[in-house]
Amino acid sequence: MTQEPENPESPVVPEQDPGTGARGNRDATRPDDQWLRDAMHRMLTSNWLVTLLAIVAALVISGVLIAIADEDVREASTYFFARPLDTVSAAWNSVAGAYASLFRGAVFDFQAPTLARAIRPITETMVAATPLIFAALGLGMGFRSGLFNIGAQGQVLMGAAAATYVGITWSLPVVVHVVMAVIAAMVVGGLWAGIAGFLKARTGASEVIVTIMLNWIAIWLVTYLLTTTVLRQGGSRPISPAVGENARLPLLFGEGFRLHWGFLLALGAAALVWWLMERSTIGFKFRAVGANMDAARTAGINVNMIFVFVMVTAGILAGLGGAAQILGTDKTLQAGSAGSIGFDAITVALLGRSRPLGTVLAALLFGALRAGSPLMQTVSNTPIDIVLVIQAVIVLFIAAPPLVRSIFFLPSPDRPRRVKEVAA
Amino acid sequence: MKLELRGITKRFGDLVANDRIDLTFEPGRIHALLGENGAGKSTLMNVLYGLYTPDEGQILVNSEPVEFAGPGQAMAAGIGMVHQHFMLVPVFTVAENVVLGHEPTGPLGLIGLDRARALVRDISARFGFDVDPDALIEDLPVGVQQRVEIIKALSRDAEVLILDEPTAVLTPQETDELIEIMRQLRDAGTSIVFITHKLREVRAIADEITVIRRGKVVGTATAQDTEAELASLMVGRAVSLGVEKAPAQLADGEFTVSGLVVTDAVGRRVVDDVGFTVRGGEVLAIAGVQGNGQTELTEAILGLRTPIAGSIVLDGTELTGLSVNDVLDSGVGFVPEDRSTDGLIGSFSVAENIILDQHDRPPYARGIAMDLRVVRERSEAFVEEFDVRTPSVEAPISTLSGGNQQKVVLAREMSRPLKLFIASQPTRGLDVGSIEFVHKRIVAERDHGTPVIIVSTELDEVMALADRIAVMYRGKIIGIVGGDVDRDVLGLMMAGVAPESAEQEAAEHPTLLHEADVIADDQQSEEPS
Ligand SMILES: Nc1ncnc2c1ncn2[C@@H]1O[C@H](COP(=O)(O)OP(=O)(O)O)[C@@H](O)[C@H]1O
Ligand SMILES: [Mg+2]
Repeated sequence: MTQEPENPESPVVPEQDPGTGARGNRDATRPDDQWLRDAMHRMLTSNWLVTLLAIVAALVISGVLIAIADEDVREASTYFFARPLDTVSAAWNSVAGAYASLFRGAVFDFQAPTLARAIRPITETMVAATPLIFAALGLGMGFRSGLFNIGAQGQVLMGAAAATYVGITWSLPVVVHVVMAVIAAMVVGGLWAGIAGFLKARTGASEVIVTIMLNWIAIWLVTYLLTTTVLRQGGSRPISPAVGENARLPLLFGEGFRLHWGFLLALGAAALVWWLMERSTIGFKFRAVGANMDAARTAGINVNMIFVFVMVTAGILAGLGGAAQILGTDKTLQAGSAGSIGFDAITVALLGRSRPLGTVLAALLFGALRAGSPLMQTVSNTPIDIVLVIQAVIVLFIAAPPLVRSIFFLPSPDRPRRVKEVAA
Repeated sequence: MKLELRGITKRFGDLVANDRIDLTFEPGRIHALLGENGAGKSTLMNVLYGLYTPDEGQILVNSEPVEFAGPGQAMAAGIGMVHQHFMLVPVFTVAENVVLGHEPTGPLGLIGLDRARALVRDISARFGFDVDPDALIEDLPVGVQQRVEIIKALSRDAEVLILDEPTAVLTPQETDELIEIMRQLRDAGTSIVFITHKLREVRAIADEITVIRRGKVVGTATAQDTEAELASLMVGRAVSLGVEKAPAQLADGEFTVSGLVVTDAVGRRVVDDVGFTVRGGEVLAIAGVQGNGQTELTEAILGLRTPIAGSIVLDGTELTGLSVNDVLDSGVGFVPEDRSTDGLIGSFSVAENIILDQHDRPPYARGIAMDLRVVRERSEAFVEEFDVRTPSVEAPISTLSGGNQQKVVLAREMSRPLKLFIASQPTRGLDVGSIEFVHKRIVAERDHGTPVIIVSTELDEVMALADRIAVMYRGKIIGIVGGDVDRDVLGLMMAGVAPESAEQEAAEHPTLLHEADVIADDQQSEEPS
């Protein structure tokens, strides 16, 4: 609570709490969405075990849904009381079948005729994970700096569009072309996100709102550009031509696999982000602002500058994700090229608790869900949407660590951890 | 009503905040609970008031065991409490606050505010409180707000009234009035539990004194015991009550503020034409009741707020308009008044907090790469030098006690050459040992020739440290007086009385505590040493 002297004529109401002291409302950048930030903080500080159990719980709940959705199970349940085991075994078959095919589609296809076909799924998982890693790394940096950036979707798309533009209109030698396309994506993604950082620093506008609006602007801007000669050259469908050969990210294992250099770049970016956050003065400032903006400001850190910096860095990473998607995987740009990368990246960053290693692992998990779900649908007839349910339930559980703890009877971490005062 | 506590134990995790405490409160007595910050006084009273359930032990009312599931039941049993932090709704009137929670309702369930007003008037008249039932809480000075809390308790027929550190926010004159009220209530048969860590008050008021240290009752005392005796009982060892300091040796540095005006978000002048000069080697204390512009003044000096007029000059360099970073770089050390929000990052380690404002320059960083080995070595040295009790420099600072946290802030702010040192509420919430340490370091900085500004609402601290005292009231400096000024004069100035009239008034109407001091001084001088 803050009380400041009234106008000089009225009596002064002093701060009542000698323990915590008064603090002026110093500037306009104090967030109104404190609840959101508190929730974020809880998610980021919950422990690995909780995260793991959230995933387990999500798989169990989705298993129940898979069983319910299964024809055989429903049929068996009509005579449940006569022969309950039928229902149980039908349920087991459907769930085991679904998850087995998910595994086959995402990690290792043990029924494949050749080794190449058998290991192809895991490379597909990596392909799907690549843009997620990039985008989620950026978001995670933001979360740890106290910025709730929901704009990865727009930033990915803008990065993708920039990479496409350079990829289709410029004509450059090998290496140079792809480097330029990637740089263009970084610049445009960074600027796009920088808008939100700048507005927050200048006016105190919530980055939550601004980035959501920038997402829409990006989608419609790209949709429009795809109708103009900027991104479309001939043809009537709103789709760009394929980027030039020189602008593509090289494949890692030759033509048989779609896995490209983008994945290695993503891993490199994760290492770089780790160094930046844990070992550099920039990351120190980011973390300081995220953990206690007031103390950071009092210690001379230019908080507004940090907002801009964080957003630009996040945008650069998201832009890289867009570049990887186009230059490595898709080759052509559509308005829907970013898919749900930007939104899934939010979950990935939260699931990875905004740490680079966690983010990579979470992105691989999400990549696996994405890569494996088509096979699951064709082989075991499980609706592909169940993957969305798994993702959603994971979010639900990591957003509510107390729920997970009570389900699995874990102790609460909130017990006071005070060092007893040594005789002073 | 006789109230007894038997074997009360309350734990927070591993910490035993109350350890088998036995106490009896008799009707018509003022029972002081004396103990330093963190001793467990508030915890004990919260147990008594039904806010915490004790892990062990019993509460007895008139020898009958009772259990309180919440404050409602405690109130119903006749226990009233005025919390350390008031529990009033600022935008409600006095009458509304008094009946809040058990509003008298008339027909149609409407709140019978007339009855509430009558209740306030009735109690005010009985004890000579001067409280307008229709005044808004936020318009009232803190002393009157406190009276509203007391009325609130009395309106629920409290027979035991607990006052948790009631004087912490009062000027000496307000304290005086509170003492008067407590005496009246006692004479009317109420039993009063008066919680404090201030020795002088206990001696002036208490009929009985129980001393608590680290959660345990360590002894009882009487008002006749000397302050030194009480202090050593409270702290567990002999303590020096004053701060030892030689007369100020003025040195070269000079810090001058002139015509400074700072407005708040809605344009009110929270710092109004403030001017003063501090020379190297002297301590200027800025005294005043909390919320009279001291916070804004220090924030303006540091560059956290932009003044609309005036200048701030340190050794000939204008500081207004500089960024916080530049102000710090020009040699200003700053201890913010609220260490947990402004001074420290709770989730950061001790080491990271020690280098918070120096992290991006040598020796801690080369370019943008931080040198964690240097960070650890240096912070270990500071932890050693400033006697910070921590398991390691990697421990999160939030796991340290307040005193050790404050030492970390001091270590950071004093670890580079300073041209000006500002500390706001440097010892708030600290234990006696840490207070002694902090005061010593501040005096050492002064003796080193640095201009020092101490902002404090604690009169004791102001009197102990200051060479000169500026009193702020409603954004203005009402006067600057010498460090040897009379407490009562300072108290009156804090209430807005100009220095000359304050002196006159203080001489005519000395406060109770003042008189007690004089008597104590006489006694002490009679004792052969
Ligand atoms: N809710 C709580 N959780 C954990 N520790 C607490 C809590 N309340 C008080 N403490 C700890 O218990 C001890 C006693 O605190 P308190 O009763 O407030 O002391 P006092 O009122 O005597 O200054 C302190 O070390 C304090 O940190
Ligand atoms: Mg207390």
